[in-house]
Amino acid sequence: MSGPPAQANDTDASPLSIRGAALRRGDRELWSGLDLDVRPGELIAVLGPSGSGKTTLLRAILGLEPLSAGTITALGVVRQAQQPGFRRRGDRRIGYVPQQRPLPPDTALRGRDLVALGVDGHRFGFPWPRRGDRARVDRLVHEVGADAFANRPAGTLSGGEQQRLRIGQALADDPRLLLCDEPLTSLDLANQQAVVGLIDRHRRSGASVLLVTHDINPLLGKVDRILYIANGRFMLGKPQEVLRSDVLTDLYGAHVFVLRAGDRLVVVGAPDAEESHHHHADGEATA
Amino acid sequence: MNWGDVWDAMFGGLPYYGEILALVSNSVWAGAVLGLVGGLIGVFVMQRDMAFAVHGISELSFAGAAAALLIGADVVGGSIVGSLIAAGIIGWLGARARDRNSIIGVLMPFGLGLGILFLSLYSGRSANRFSLLTGQIVSVQSDQLGWLIVIGAIVLLGILLIWRPLRFDSLDPQAAAARGVPTTAVSLGFMLLLGLIVAVAVHIIGALLVMALLVTPAAAAMRVTAGPLAVPVLSAVFGLVSAVGGILLAIMGTLPVSPYITTISFAIYVVCRVIGARQGRVMRERMHA
Repeated sequence: MSGPPAQANDTDASPLSIRGAALRRGDRELWSGLDLDVRPGELIAVLGPSGSGKTTLLRAILGLEPLSAGTITALGVVRQAQQPGFRRRGDRRIGYVPQQRPLPPDTALRGRDLVALGVDGHRFGFPWPRRGDRARVDRLVHEVGADAFANRPAGTLSGGEQQRLRIGQALADDPRLLLCDEPLTSLDLANQQAVVGLIDRHRRSGASVLLVTHDINPLLGKVDRILYIANGRFMLGKPQEVLRSDVLTDLYGAHVFVLRAGDRLVVVGAPDAEESHHHHADGEATA
Repeated sequence: MNWGDVWDAMFGGLPYYGEILALVSNSVWAGAVLGLVGGLIGVFVMQRDMAFAVHGISELSFAGAAAALLIGADVVGGSIVGSLIAAGIIGWLGARARDRNSIIGVLMPFGLGLGILFLSLYSGRSANRFSLLTGQIVSVQSDQLGWLIVIGAIVLLGILLIWRPLRFDSLDPQAAAARGVPTTAVSLGFMLLLGLIVAVAVHIIGALLVMALLVTPAAAAMRVTAGPLAVPVLSAVFGLVSAVGGILLAIMGTLPVSPYITTISFAIYVVCRVIGARQGRVMRERMHA
């Protein structure tokens, strides 16, 4: 990857700006024409059927996946651009919580070491311990409420405990942009609320958050805008503007109903993205 | 079976132990370096789920050494060439575990077959023939021993320098890449170091038994602790005890070194499993209490 200026030309204060982005996999276009400007302190949820390219969007922002068209600028740095072709891979200033894979039980790691990877995992050279690193890890562990289990083997921790520590890892450099991929999957209600609370608190410090999820309910009341990807198209707006039967029916090109059950929303009848493996075999998703 | 012969084979050299030890002191050093470095690198072999890759690399390393023997080239050099070719192919084509296992499954018998072919064509001293498969450190020449020690030291240095990024990449490659770790370069660097240490191990313990020093010590250590310092330190100590202990026991008699090394390393693993199971039970009881 060579050539173009790493700094954005305009002094746009937007933590994340996407222009004319398109994503193609093989001969299939997942989506195109995506424009998105995220404001500081904004929490945006990315919704859509599995296989619609939500994870790939986050990875494209990190420069780990190529777009087929368009430009992404994050934290004042061009992450990728097609004209001229350019991609910048990875950055510690962007927090990233990848989709959760449970750790094997015999992982040679304590809970706090998971956080420590965010502090010193990128450093080459002799791994001498530094007192400053230790203090940073202690502080992060405390911030995500993991003091009680931080010294236990990471592989023996519950999904919710591991997720807190992974968020601690992502927050190591106090990122002004945080990308979370399905951070609530397979967590019970209490842990979902705890994780949402951590993310929301970081957002209140002025950081922007882009969060991929298949269930919007734990985030209702916290989320500012929703980016709904389906059928190769987008809908971007406030929750009450997007999560409506007529809007989603138009987006999917098929009859979709948004039902309200108490204080929960359920999307019924949303067709799945083609060739995808969906957990909801009946084609229903909570959204 | 004559028990007297067995006794002689095992302990016949005891009256001359001091002199024998002086003769093989370089072998002991080479064993010590291999045990230490093998134990350290084994931690990553376990974390990256590459035990099978170690086996695959060692068979191609054996083929390389056998080819060198046949054409009269340097045997250590031959084993390194074989090792690095295998490590390169596995690292390049086998980024994903599934692909990797099928590639190794294809490479391994081919390498072993080639090696056996070269050995059959070789008409030199027959003692050299099977030592590559089952190991006989005490028959390695002293200038070659020097090389084995130097290579081991280079691998030790390399693994320490990439320790933290390699650990990050082994545990969570996606998060590591997102934080700017050059994951491809780190993975290829690891394969290079692994290839080098496997080549050393082929000469000391034999191609078929390499895993006793590159996998077993780390597997044992991971049974009893999860500390980021405790696991590599314990693993290195286990490797060191197995390798040096094996050589020191073997020179009491006329038996080969390898069975001693494999038995010690296996015994350590069994003990660690028992301790680990007991720890697990205590922890579960504590949590339920």
